[in-house]
Amino acid sequence: MKVDLTIKIGGAAGQGLDTIGSVLSRTLMKCGFFVFGTQYYLSRIRGGHNTFQMRISDESIKAMDEKVDMLVALDRASIEKHLDEMTDGVVIVDMDTVKPQEEHDSLFHVPLLKIAKDTGGNKLYANSVAVGAVMGLMCLDFDVLAEVLSSIFKKKGQEVIDNNIKAARAGYDHARDNYPHGCKFGIEQPEKHHNKMLISGNEAVGLGALAAGLQFISSYPMTPSTGVMNYIAGKANKFGLVFEQAEDEIAALNMVLGASFTGARSMVTTSGGGFCLMVEALGLAGITETPVVIFQAQRPGPATGLPTMTEQGDLLFAIHAAQGEFPRCVLAPGTPQDCFYMTAKAFNIADKYQIPVIVMSDQYLADSLFTCERFDQAKISIERHLLSDEDIKGMQGEYRRYKITSSGISPRALPGQDGVLVGADSDEHDEFGHIDETQENRISMVHKRMNKLELLREEMQVPGVHGPEDAELTLIGWGSTYGPLAESVDTLNGQGHSVNLVHFTHVYPLPAEKIRKLLAGSGKKICVENNRLSQFARLLAAETGIEMYDNVVRYDGLPFTPESIIDALREKGVV
Amino acid sequence: MVSVEDYGNFDTAWCPGCGDFGILKALKKALVDLGRSPNEMLLVSGIGQAGKLPHYLKCNFFNGLHGRTLPPATAAKIVNHELTVMAIAGDGDCYGEGGNHFIHAIRRNPNVTLLVHNNQIYGLTKGQASPTSERGMKTKVNQEGVFNRQLNPLALAISQDCSFVGRGFAGDIKHLTELISKAIEHKGFSLVDILQPCVTFNKLNTFKWYSERVYEMDESEYPLNDRVKAFEKSLEWGERIPLGVLYVNERPVFGDSLDALKSGPLVRKEPKTELVNELIDGFM
Repeated sequence: MKVDLTIKIGGAAGQGLDTIGSVLSRTLMKCGFFVFGTQYYLSRIRGGHNTFQMRISDESIKAMDEKVDMLVALDRASIEKHLDEMTDGVVIVDMDTVKPQEEHDSLFHVPLLKIAKDTGGNKLYANSVAVGAVMGLMCLDFDVLAEVLSSIFKKKGQEVIDNNIKAARAGYDHARDNYPHGCKFGIEQPEKHHNKMLISGNEAVGLGALAAGLQFISSYPMTPSTGVMNYIAGKANKFGLVFEQAEDEIAALNMVLGASFTGARSMVTTSGGGFCLMVEALGLAGITETPVVIFQAQRPGPATGLPTMTEQGDLLFAIHAAQGEFPRCVLAPGTPQDCFYMTAKAFNIADKYQIPVIVMSDQYLADSLFTCERFDQAKISIERHLLSDEDIKGMQGEYRRYKITSSGISPRALPGQDGVLVGADSDEHDEFGHIDETQENRISMVHKRMNKLELLREEMQVPGVHGPEDAELTLIGWGSTYGPLAESVDTLNGQGHSVNLVHFTHVYPLPAEKIRKLLAGSGKKICVENNRLSQFARLLAAETGIEMYDNVVRYDGLPFTPESIIDALREKGVV
Repeated sequence: MVSVEDYGNFDTAWCPGCGDFGILKALKKALVDLGRSPNEMLLVSGIGQAGKLPHYLKCNFFNGLHGRTLPPATAAKIVNHELTVMAIAGDGDCYGEGGNHFIHAIRRNPNVTLLVHNNQIYGLTKGQASPTSERGMKTKVNQEGVFNRQLNPLALAISQDCSFVGRGFAGDIKHLTELISKAIEHKGFSLVDILQPCVTFNKLNTFKWYSERVYEMDESEYPLNDRVKAFEKSLEWGERIPLGVLYVNERPVFGDSLDALKSGPLVRKEPKTELVNELIDGFM
């Protein structure tokens, strides 16, 4: 790659990091770069120390880098905390307002506030000045920034647009005219993208649900899942779907089950703590065989934990949650493409098997911005598996919601359809849905439900292998760690090591036989996970008997970077 | 024409003499009087003796979790508003475990009728105090008598402007039938709290106890939309207990303003997935 730059914006909550981050990342993406953005924020609306970090390249990038080339320091803490992450970089700082403790070569004064007031008449434009200065230091075409500002502030009117552009231009010119090292950070603008999008994991899940024909969603806000709820709720009227903010997560999932029972494609969104409250209703979905998609964006627990950080700590919980045994499916997307296509797929699985399907994300995947191929809606089909009115007319005898079949899947009709009465029961029930506590009935109903799990197991996708087939070292991961893992594998192979990656997105139920075959010839296996207890490694061992050589774990609330994975592997002496 | 026979006859797991029989009878009669066929009825219930009621008449039913009657009922009504959706709960179920949902259903005001079989005791778990048990009532686990103040569900509902609030008595089937009919016909969230003797575990609030106290209130005593008067009426309890409709108001109904439901039930609409491409363009 010719270009590989990391830009970090640091400041307190409320200073507009989000705006700078999103304007800049969108602009750079439009310039033709691949952009990857992550946020680090604390659970507060004002103050604290937050950052927005983006990495840009002329080639596809999958993860964050740890070294920083350009830092926009909106407060002193940003300089103090991040100066040691700088390579040979530049710190954009307004020394009229932020007084650095000591002199440093990389500090570059841009009077953000003064320029903002001079050009737009308001300090609010300081963020646009900063974005302009970054573009100026990279000696990039200003017009693209002007275009992005126009589109972002479209709703606020022409005056606001003009002022933002003026402020950004002044910041841009200031950098071009005053930076002593000229175009030191000047980068060649690649060819513009034709088919790329810049999107967060949460937005991609929301789009996937809309593409799947979502009709009803009820949720209670909880970081970091709220973005999906917000995204979908904002489109509800346009799409003719219903969103209802529930009084609590218990109500949310119970509502969604009522909606699904009555025939609407339905989902809830939550994080671990909210999922805890949904567990009772998860079992209800299991025994009533009511399809539902549960989006669960993990954050470090237990209890309130680290509300705005990341972890993959809820895997075994999701798989085992609720009393009793019943089939369920757990999918864990690793990229925004996965978020889009697998969310849509989750609805089809839920409808086909009449089970709850949990889509596991986490703060890292939920909030990060990725540059990826345009989603292709044509690849998504909507498969409802419902009895039509004609099917019902042709039926013999009284309708049985829980009819025993060889597959375990009972033909599903909806209440209100002519010629049927539909019953669902949280008690063990007979084929009609009426309470039946006999042993004979219990056994046949357990067989019926658990049969579906075995059928589903065969449909679960087996991962591909990233890197050389016959590598000496195989890294194993699941869900959001795909990017950092794939990139560390590429880096290590580039350095002459022999490493590959087997990354799981379909995490439960696992098709054991196929996985044993896939991993039969592999060398040393190391499972890399964002948790303390190597939960996926345990699951894999339990389901397939495959044991790891060792595990790499991270549980400090932060995501893996390729560097941190490689360092950990070095420490273990395997590379 | 719908007849009582259409709603079938089932063996029940209720004790002989249970007040639930009266409620079942009144409900069937009300549905027949209103000409509702089993096919258009959806009964949602929780757990407890009341929760079993939907198993004892032919209809669509969703017998869910203890306390969780109202959320699925609310959503089901949104998804198919052509169904008549009723929530069947008990006092422990609705006022204890599901108290939060009760409060928020009042706020949300779905067009759902809630029947609460209020026997002032836990029957299925054999005789513990419920939120509506009287202070001082001794039970196996409240040997010094119940300490907590008795919940007044009608006063709570009226204080929060519940759209329809009524009280019936399982021992007066004729009155209860009419009350249930009115509640079903009312557009908005309707609460029918039904005094129902538990012949096995509640030795205090017996048929005799209720019969000596309940009286049919004069529904022209005050304008039924007068919330303060209705609240005052709802506080009447003890020597005399009023039966009838205590409070009615016409509030906007949950779902009525939703565009998605304007031209027919949500369940029969095709989702507008063709708009997704437009959204995707916005990310480019």
